[in-house]
Amino acid sequence: MSLKQRSVLPGFGLTMGCTLSYLSLLVLIPLAALFLKSASVTWADFSAAVTDPEAIDAYKLSFGASFVAAAINAFFGLIVAWTLVRYSFVGKKFIDAVVDLPFAMPTAVSGIALAQLYSRDGWVGRLLAPYGIEIAYSRWGVIVALTFIGLPFVVRTLQPALEDMDMEVEEAAASLGATRWQTLRRVILPSILPALLTGFALAFARALGEYGSVIFISSKWEKVVPMLIFTKLEQFEFGEAAAIAVVMLVASFIILLFINLTQWWSRRYAT
Amino acid sequence: MAGTVALRLTSGARQRATDAVTEPLWVRALLIGATLTFLGLFLFMPLVLVFSEALSAGWLAYLDALKDPDALSAIRMTLLAAAVAVPINTLFGILAAWAIAKFEFVGKSVLITLLDLPYSVSPVIAGMVFVLLFGRQGWFWPWLDRYDLHIVYAPCGIILATMFVTFPFVARELIPLMQAQGTEEEEAARVLGASGLQLFRRVTLPNIKWGLLYGVILCNARAMGEFGAVSVVVGNIASTNTMPLHVERLYKGMSSGDLAAAFAVASLLAMLALITLVLKSLLQWKTSEQLSAAELGYTGD
Repeated sequence: MSLKQRSVLPGFGLTMGCTLSYLSLLVLIPLAALFLKSASVTWADFSAAVTDPEAIDAYKLSFGASFVAAAINAFFGLIVAWTLVRYSFVGKKFIDAVVDLPFAMPTAVSGIALAQLYSRDGWVGRLLAPYGIEIAYSRWGVIVALTFIGLPFVVRTLQPALEDMDMEVEEAAASLGATRWQTLRRVILPSILPALLTGFALAFARALGEYGSVIFISSKWEKVVPMLIFTKLEQFEFGEAAAIAVVMLVASFIILLFINLTQWWSRRYAT
Repeated sequence: MAGTVALRLTSGARQRATDAVTEPLWVRALLIGATLTFLGLFLFMPLVLVFSEALSAGWLAYLDALKDPDALSAIRMTLLAAAVAVPINTLFGILAAWAIAKFEFVGKSVLITLLDLPYSVSPVIAGMVFVLLFGRQGWFWPWLDRYDLHIVYAPCGIILATMFVTFPFVARELIPLMQAQGTEEEEAARVLGASGLQLFRRVTLPNIKWGLLYGVILCNARAMGEFGAVSVVVGNIASTNTMPLHVERLYKGMSSGDLAAAFAVASLLAMLALITLVLKSLLQWKTSEQLSAAELGYTGD
């Protein structure tokens, strides 16, 4: 089998060449620099950097907060997607468009807005302060910021899945005597579960790498991994920063793999 | 027609049929309420807060914050970075989409995965790779130092980092669209004697124009709003700031100006986000028309 099918269309050589060159120059070589830098560090230094208590705390915060935020988004994202697909109400089109706001908004802007909103004299913060609940500058603030960031991922992944659902299956369930709740639990949820998991994983992966929205609402003692990498770079500890970054990249890669496996698994059992 | 049986439901039967697959009213009200509350809390309030804080010191203070020299130079830098990154990545996106969508070759899915890399790495890592290349301990430092070219804490680094993070946006939009549209039209044009450029200009481009615009809008929004990668590249030097960086400096009190000023500059970015959303909705509608037309087997306009 040849490497490329014959085609009458021109331009393959030119476009492919430009694509590969630009890709290599801008993406592949810089990323290679990262791996080479972390490889240039001795194994002892590498594991010291990666298992440093500060780093461990950062991993725990990053993975924990991202998981909780993605879970919140999975739950509410399902509700939002359901109402947007199944119901009609005033302002639905407007709300549908605004769901993409976290995609479009620069992270620095959402960062300061959320920090201000949940700080002691912010609109939400001042409501909760009398109860002793402090959201800003704590891990709860981090979770709030990461929820904001991941919101569109779940909704936008679920909407097509819900739209594609056949009403006939639900009608069949109803005609066989299922209550609405039973239909939801045993017919609808299983068929959108792959999309839900994909959306969850996408939100999780995005939250892991998030920097701008989080740095304002967290604090010196609550550092997520990107913030830790940034601090290391400020201190010119390039080797340590590279080591931690490699751990992050490997984790993201595993998540991406999980997403692909989930989609493959769902296709196996799809009707 | 003879032989068909028309099934006519009474309105009561039809209502019961619909009721069987609809939730009761209280459930619907609850879910819609939950949706509005959740989105209101997480989406709308931050957005409204930006504008409210920006104007909290009055209109004059708002305009003063925007006329401040540091703010103006930050705006200029942001526009410059976008003006360089967006056209280059658009051109690249078109070339890559052409190579991927119109030809079959080994390794295509690997290439598509590689194209997505900048999209999936953290912005801090994106900035860091350029510091590793061009920074003080970087590969190219000796060479750069010799010719006194300092990329890292200079506009060049900002532009490179912006190009990196916005790299896949146009390609990601165009590839599915062009794949759905197939190659028949281009092949027909080729058979009729069109050259490569004519092919592209008169056959492909009209078909992809909405998707292309959509990709450009997203690319631009990301280019102007990029914060993490640029932050890493620039460090704490005052002379080269983009708008997001300037917002950070104002918020942290490191620049002349206060909270209201920080939100004033942020409000410009928020307006950019809103415009992006509006254009996005419009173009999404146009593109899905084209996409579904292509999937159905014909391209109209």
